[in-house]
Amino acid sequence: MKEYRIDQSKGLEFGLYTLGDHLPDPFTNKRISAQQRISEIIELAKLADQAGLDFFSVGESHQDYFATQAHAVVLGAIAQATKKIKIGSSSTILSTSDPVRVYENFSTIDLISDGRTEIIAGRASRIGLFDLLGYDVQDYEALFEEKFDLLLQINKEEIVNWEGEFRASLKNARILPRPKNGSLPIWRAVGGTPASAIKAGYAGVPMMLATLGGAVTHFKYTIDAYREAAVRSHFDPATLPVGTTGFFHVAETTQQALKEVYPYINEGMKLTNGQGFPKQAFAQAVDKRSIINVGSPQEVIEKILYQHEIFGHQRYLAQMDFGGMPFDKLAKNIEFIGNEILPAIRKYTAVK
Amino acid sequence: MKIVGISGSNVGTKTRTAMDYVQKELIESSPEVDFKLIDLADYSLQFSDGRNYLEYGGDTGYVTKQLMEADAIIIGTPIFQASIPATLKNIFDLLPQNAFRDKVVSMIVTSGSPRHYLIAEQQLKPILAYMKAQIVQTYVFIEEKDFYRKEIVNEDIIFRIQRLVEDTVVLTDTYKKLREAKEEEYGF
Repeated sequence: MKEYRIDQSKGLEFGLYTLGDHLPDPFTNKRISAQQRISEIIELAKLADQAGLDFFSVGESHQDYFATQAHAVVLGAIAQATKKIKIGSSSTILSTSDPVRVYENFSTIDLISDGRTEIIAGRASRIGLFDLLGYDVQDYEALFEEKFDLLLQINKEEIVNWEGEFRASLKNARILPRPKNGSLPIWRAVGGTPASAIKAGYAGVPMMLATLGGAVTHFKYTIDAYREAAVRSHFDPATLPVGTTGFFHVAETTQQALKEVYPYINEGMKLTNGQGFPKQAFAQAVDKRSIINVGSPQEVIEKILYQHEIFGHQRYLAQMDFGGMPFDKLAKNIEFIGNEILPAIRKYTAVK
Repeated sequence: MKIVGISGSNVGTKTRTAMDYVQKELIESSPEVDFKLIDLADYSLQFSDGRNYLEYGGDTGYVTKQLMEADAIIIGTPIFQASIPATLKNIFDLLPQNAFRDKVVSMIVTSGSPRHYLIAEQQLKPILAYMKAQIVQTYVFIEEKDFYRKEIVNEDIIFRIQRLVEDTVVLTDTYKKLREAKEEEYGF
C-alpha cells in the first residue's frame, strides 16, 4: 500500500470527487458561469483540505453541461491552492489522450503539489469525445489497454522504449519531469461490471470502482473478481488499494437529506444521461444495504462502516456536487464530514 | 400524455396501414393525447455503436429523443424471417438499458402467416421486459388476409385496435397515478 501512499493505520481514506458537471440548479433553473463553477471547485478543494479530508479529484467529460474538460489545468490550480490533501483525476480519459502528455501534466502537478498527485485513468462512460478528438470508437478497448500499458511503463521507467498501434514509437525517450517521489499512484477507473475490474486485477493496479445505486453486496462481486484476478497474476491483493465512489449527501435528518439532494440527481441525470434517476432508489437509500450514502451523519457513518466491512476497501470518494448543488450546501456537507464523519470512520477502520 | 407510435420496418405497407388506424383511433378517442407516428421508412437511422442516445445526431438523435420523451409507445412490427425486423431491433439497441422504465408499451403485429402468432410473445416481449416496460399484455395480430389495398377489411381487427389504444391510454394514466401517489408517500 505504501507505493500508493496509503497508510491503513489511519483508517479508510475519505475523499471527494467531482465530474466537473456544470448544470442549472433545478430549484431556480439558473446556472452559474463556467468561471464561477471552476472557481467553486477549487474553493471546495480548499475546504476539503482544511477539514482534513484525504483526497480530492476532478474528472474529464467533453460534452454539454460540463466545465472541466481541461481537468489537469484545474488540478494545477488546486495543487497550488491546497496544502495537505492528496489530489487526482476522476477520471482521466486515457483512450483519447497521449499518455506521454498525460504523464508530463500529472508529474508537473505532482511537483507543484509537493508529491500529492495521483492519476485515475478510465475509458469514458460517454463516447462523444471519440469524434471530438479524432478517435474511432471501434478501438474503444484497444486504445485504452495500449495507452494504459504505456502510462504504467512511463511511471516505472524514466527512459522508455515502446512500440504500439496508436502512437509513434518511443526510442530511448526521456519522459520529464519526474514526479517528486519517482512515481505516481496510478489507478484504473472501473464501472459496475466485473469485466473491467478483472483487467485491473490482472495488471496489478489499484481499482477505483464507480457505484451509482443498488445493493452493497452487488459491488462485492466486482471487488472479489478484481482480487481473484490479481492473485491469478501473482499479485498480492493486500498490497492493492480498492476505492469506491458514489452519491453522497448529509443533512440533519435523513428525510431532509433526501429532500435536498434528490432533485439535483434526478434533473442532472436527465440532462447528462437522458434519463432521470428513480426516486425509489433514493427511498431505498435509507437502508444501510443500499450503496447510496445519503442520510443523517450518523446514518451515513453506519453505511460507510458497513460498506467497509463488506469491501475491505482503502478509500471512499463522495460525489456531492452533482447537478448544480449550491456552494453553501457543499460547505455545510464538508463541515459534517470534518466534524462527525471523519473522526468516526477513522476510529473504526484504522488497522492496528 | 405523449404517445409515440413506431412503424417498425423500412419496407412494406401493412404495418404502416395498421399504425394509421391506430393514429386515427387515438385522435378520435383521446384528443388530449399528444401522438406522434414515426415510420422508420421515413428516416435514415445509423446502427447503434453503444453511445448514449443524446450523442447521436440527425434522424437517429431525433427518433431516439422522441421515444425517450414518450409516456407510452405503440410498436407496430411486421414479422421477417420468424422475428422482428432489424430496423426495429436497432431502435432497441440505440436506447439505454432501462429506456422503457415508467413507460407503457403496446404492440401491433402484422404477419404473412398465422404460424407467426407467438413471435411477439417469445421475442418482442422479453426485450421490452428487459428494458423495464410496463407491457400491455394483449397485442393485436393482423394477417395478410385482413388487409385489402392499404385498408383493414376485417372489422374484428378494428375492434381490437380500439381496445389496444384504450388499454394503452388507461394503463399509462393508471401507472402514472400509482407512481405519483407512491412518490408522494416518500415525502421528499
